[in-house]
Amino acid sequence: MHAPDPEFAIEARNIVKRFDGEAAVDGIDLTIRKGSIFGILGPNGAGKTTTLRMLLGIIDPDEGERFLLGSPDPISKAHQVGYLPEERGLYQSMKAYDAIAFMGALRGLPLAEGRKRGRAMMEDHGLGDAVDKQIRQLSKGMAQTVQLLGTLVHDPDLIILDEPFSGLDALNQGKLERLIRAQADRGVTVIFSTHVIAHAERLCEEIAIIAEGKIPFKGKVSTARDRLRPQVHLETRNLDGPWRTAIPADCKPLGHHWHFTLPESGVEPLLHALVEGGAGIESLSIERPGLHDAFVEIAGEAVARKMDADSAANDMDEAA
Amino acid sequence: MIETIRAAFVIARRDFTAIIFSKSFFFFLLGPLFPIGIAVAAGGLGSQVSQDIDNPVIGVALSPAETEALLATRTRLSRSLGSRSLPELVILKDFPGQQADIIAKLDREKSLTAILSGTLAAPVLTGSERDVKRWQGKIALLAETALAQPAAVEIETRFVEQTGSSSERNQLLTAQAGQAILILLTMILAGMVLSNLVEEKTNKIIEILAAAIPMDAIFLGKLFAMLGMALVGIAVWSTLGLSVSLLLGVHWNALPVPAVGWPLFITLMIFYFSMAYLLLGSLFLGIGAMATTVREVQTLSMPVTMGQLLVFFLAYSSITKLGEPVEWFAVLFPFSSPFAMIARAAQMDNIWQHGLALIWQAVFTIIIIRFSVMLFRRNVMKSGQAARKKSLLARVTGK
Repeated sequence: MHAPDPEFAIEARNIVKRFDGEAAVDGIDLTIRKGSIFGILGPNGAGKTTTLRMLLGIIDPDEGERFLLGSPDPISKAHQVGYLPEERGLYQSMKAYDAIAFMGALRGLPLAEGRKRGRAMMEDHGLGDAVDKQIRQLSKGMAQTVQLLGTLVHDPDLIILDEPFSGLDALNQGKLERLIRAQADRGVTVIFSTHVIAHAERLCEEIAIIAEGKIPFKGKVSTARDRLRPQVHLETRNLDGPWRTAIPADCKPLGHHWHFTLPESGVEPLLHALVEGGAGIESLSIERPGLHDAFVEIAGEAVARKMDADSAANDMDEAA
Repeated sequence: MIETIRAAFVIARRDFTAIIFSKSFFFFLLGPLFPIGIAVAAGGLGSQVSQDIDNPVIGVALSPAETEALLATRTRLSRSLGSRSLPELVILKDFPGQQADIIAKLDREKSLTAILSGTLAAPVLTGSERDVKRWQGKIALLAETALAQPAAVEIETRFVEQTGSSSERNQLLTAQAGQAILILLTMILAGMVLSNLVEEKTNKIIEILAAAIPMDAIFLGKLFAMLGMALVGIAVWSTLGLSVSLLLGVHWNALPVPAVGWPLFITLMIFYFSMAYLLLGSLFLGIGAMATTVREVQTLSMPVTMGQLLVFFLAYSSITKLGEPVEWFAVLFPFSSPFAMIARAAQMDNIWQHGLALIWQAVFTIIIIRFSVMLFRRNVMKSGQAARKKSLLARVTGK
């Protein structure tokens, strides 16, 4: 067993989990720096939840080793961790502030202190009227907020959120993003899984892309994007001329519009060739690829399409 | 109306196919076998135990000639009346036959129900009032037949307050009562434990718990909460019962005293109830934890209850067989051990064995909890399709 590095909140080395002989997670390596916001991206069934459950100690890996806050026994660090599972749930008969206190008590916070904090947190989040209501009397959104507050009530050093944006409307998604940033500003490590790339793109410093139980990419969002060349969108008056040698030979126009990857030589030689070659530039834009494009490049078209479908299904659920 | 029937048919078809094609339907099909098996076992055991308890042995302290005549008569009569209808006769050789000796012998020899002394023409039957009144007619019949005289033989009866045999029988009754109370309380509670984790699973709270505290703690916490609830209930009802009996002037000293004495017996009752509950409760909690719906819990309830009854029958059948292999098996088999041991407490006065038994039962409870947790972590705490597609049977067996 390797010694854990105190710089990392999470270290996983070659962890494997099989269900009925099939590998749900197949040799994942993961290191997550303390104090960072880290996103785990992948479609449903890619192995995100299983990975998180192994990191948290809910289930043990069949192979490999993992350290959570430096410990190979994650449950022993539970008092420093907040966890919001994908499947949300609370005891229906509990009062809202009591549910928050209960979740804190599970992680070592004295019940009386948890109740006090629970009331205060609910007031701060605009749920003052619901403090004494039973969970069954709350709306779905309110109950989700209560559970999120329960995840934070004991001031954890590490927060793990499994699909936290799922089921939230746009307004609450924005609130959650602000909350995640606020926690990170306090030095808390935040790890969340999502199949919505936009959230990861806005929030994360680093991401891991997970597909079919493996991690084909792990690193900074910018590094993922840099794997793709910028895309050029060009509109010309002329369809032919000496300038055509400046763009890829296989690039075909759509009317007078051209779409191609920026050549290795860069922007200036291209611009020079277009002007000198008499292209008659009507419009020109050079776009840096988004994380979505990088995801397609890294994980493959099929995985990206599945993730888009999951995201659309999630949107429909929210609309419903 | 037609629309309602059509809609009802849609629901019925779904439910019917869902039940029929589930593996738990197997338990339902086996259902009728359980009560039949239990009824047969209960009937057989009941009569066996009652025979064991009511198998009288009369010591014969007559002259050798009269003793021989009496034994020959018993053999002859039992051919036509059946052996069970007449008491067993045991010759007391070289027995002085004085009343004080008879009383001492009855007190010492627990196998003796009563002692016949005097002569066949003027027999004296000594024993507890209940036993003497019960058997004097049969003894008179044997004496009359042995003497071949038509006149009725008058039996002189002498009562002693308690014989070794009646004391043993009373302790057997205490053992039976103790077991019955234990099994009733355990059955009610253990059934409740079966559905104990369903709330957490239907409310999706289980993952929050599993991520925060060891799974063993979840199982233990649930078990002890139910045990605490049961003990509060027992305390309330015991206090109420005691108060009512005091008001009604019930004499508690009339109750047969268990071998270890009442204070220790009651203490052991509490301990053995706790252990019986923890043993069966941890098993049922483990099985119930595999169930994801109330329907699955209902399906499990019957075989589980029947299993409890079988355990009880094992313990019950061993009451009258102290020290025999079947009784040792009931003592050592963890699930029947508390019931068998409370029967021992009523009938045997050595105390050290209870300490060993309690340790053994506690160790086994821990083993069951660990095993249940292992199954739960391996087969239930999964995500995605793999977890959802599995049947209850597959979750329990891990296949």
